[in-house]
Amino acid sequence: MKNSQRYTKHINLIIGLLVIVGFFLVMLISFFYTPHDVNAMNIPDKLLGPSRSYFFGTDEFGRDIFSRIMQGTQTAFAVGILTVLIGTSFGILIGGIAGYVGGWIDEIFMRLMDALMAFPGIILALMLVAIFGPGIVNTAIALGIIAIPAIARISRSGFVQHRDAEYVLAAKLIGVKPYKIMFRHILPNISSQIIVAATVTFATAMLAEAALSYLGLGVQPPNPSWGRMLKDSQAYLVNAPWYTFAPGGAITILVLGLYMLSNALRDYMDPRSKS
Amino acid sequence: MMYIIRRFMLLITTILLVSMITFGVFQILPGDPVRTMLGTEADPTQIENLRSELGLDRPLYEQYSDWMKGLLTGELGNSIRFSMPVKDLLFDRLPVTMSLAGLTLIIVLTVSLPLGMFAARRQNKLIDVSLSTVTQIGMAVPSFWLGMMLILYVGMQFSFFKISGYIPWSQSVSGALSTLILPALTIAIPQIAVNFRYVRTAILEQIQLDYVRTIRSKGMSERNVMYKHVLKNSMIPILTVFGLIMAEVVAGTIIVEQVFSLPGIGQLLITAISNRDFPLVQGIVMYITVAVVVINFIVDILYSVLDPRIRLR
Repeated sequence: MKNSQRYTKHINLIIGLLVIVGFFLVMLISFFYTPHDVNAMNIPDKLLGPSRSYFFGTDEFGRDIFSRIMQGTQTAFAVGILTVLIGTSFGILIGGIAGYVGGWIDEIFMRLMDALMAFPGIILALMLVAIFGPGIVNTAIALGIIAIPAIARISRSGFVQHRDAEYVLAAKLIGVKPYKIMFRHILPNISSQIIVAATVTFATAMLAEAALSYLGLGVQPPNPSWGRMLKDSQAYLVNAPWYTFAPGGAITILVLGLYMLSNALRDYMDPRSKS
Repeated sequence: MMYIIRRFMLLITTILLVSMITFGVFQILPGDPVRTMLGTEADPTQIENLRSELGLDRPLYEQYSDWMKGLLTGELGNSIRFSMPVKDLLFDRLPVTMSLAGLTLIIVLTVSLPLGMFAARRQNKLIDVSLSTVTQIGMAVPSFWLGMMLILYVGMQFSFFKISGYIPWSQSVSGALSTLILPALTIAIPQIAVNFRYVRTAILEQIQLDYVRTIRSKGMSERNVMYKHVLKNSMIPILTVFGLIMAEVVAGTIIVEQVFSLPGIGQLLITAISNRDFPLVQGIVMYITVAVVVINFIVDILYSVLDPRIRLR
């Protein structure tokens, strides 16, 4: 049993990394090269099946789906990375202060985080998008805010565990400033849990972005988004099923890769936890 | 009792904070909300009228306390788009969303419990490993795409299913089922994947405990060991996830109602957002969240009844 678990850990890491690096390379390439012009309409070629010149077929305007999937990686990564940045930086800050300072600040911060967590994720995202308006950056801000409480909880428990440790006491005695103790001394010690949480945040952010764009409230044209493509493809479900397979498959594979990576990272960094 | 009181105080605090957030975020709206609602070409008297109708000309704390009073009495003001009380709009749509959520929960429980038990008893066998892999994929698939796949491969193949719209239960039970089963499956599949893993782990943890070895050595049949002892004891950790699943199911209805054009609360929320109908958005968000928070509270209380050790923490 031990062996099979170790085996899964390696498989998860390898497949997860391959998927993410693969998509990342596609994103880099898409900045310079796509097989067809992403926005060029070609009505005579509309809704063609997969072929040698259109790998994933064409959409209702005769645009090449493969090229649009390629460019969609830019949106997916932009929203994912921005969400993770917002979620982790504010999460660590809030959780860190709450855990390290303690007392009533801890109480206030954490009750606020509980309240944010009480909202079902997509509901909060929809409410924030209603206020900020649609778009890549606004979507990422909304999703980032949703990601804050989970990261804050994890970092708080880490900071609480470490705040009375001997190395922290020693640092205090020689007069290291509090913010330096927090971010230079304690943070590196709890970073592994935060990295695992950030990977999961990345995956959920991509799913949420796709959902918001599908509802027409996330990323707006002309920026390509896989969720948006799925929405457009629904009208042609019967006549052009390949149209829906490409973006749906892309989201699923990328999110699956991120889940596998986060599982593997958790197993590597925290041997005690069981998947 | 102390535990219940403490938990209840926490519930009240959470609801208060949730209401403050829901009320507060609409204050940071860039620009004048009334002007945004009416458009740039609205004439000044119209703007003034709507402003005083919405109470926007009064101090913030008064607006908030009025809104809170409204929440408690169920009067949430009027929707701007539909010029109807928010309450009536919600009650119109509630049966659809409730039926969808209820059906989803039934599917999740009836599938994930036996499946988890099945996999746990065959730990690390081929079938267990492949089930675990399949469920991981189930968690990664966007639910709305899953819905489209079900429409394509099930809805279109069998004439029983309606792939869009809703038929009320009162009109025809099989009609209601024909409109609800596919959306319910769509929400259920990712949740089955999540719950399956919890059930499997919970049962695996119980199976290796001493009491299981003891009752087995007394000669109890494997069937009785599983159903009379292991399952009952593993229900306690499984119940904790139940609250989480409820929240996910409620959130799932919002998106999936859109895929199947079901006239539920989710569709109302999306329409409200697209029309910048903010009182309606606030009301829906608040009621959905409170419902989820209260369900979690009930689950916590049940949990403490089933497992009195919890109360000591």
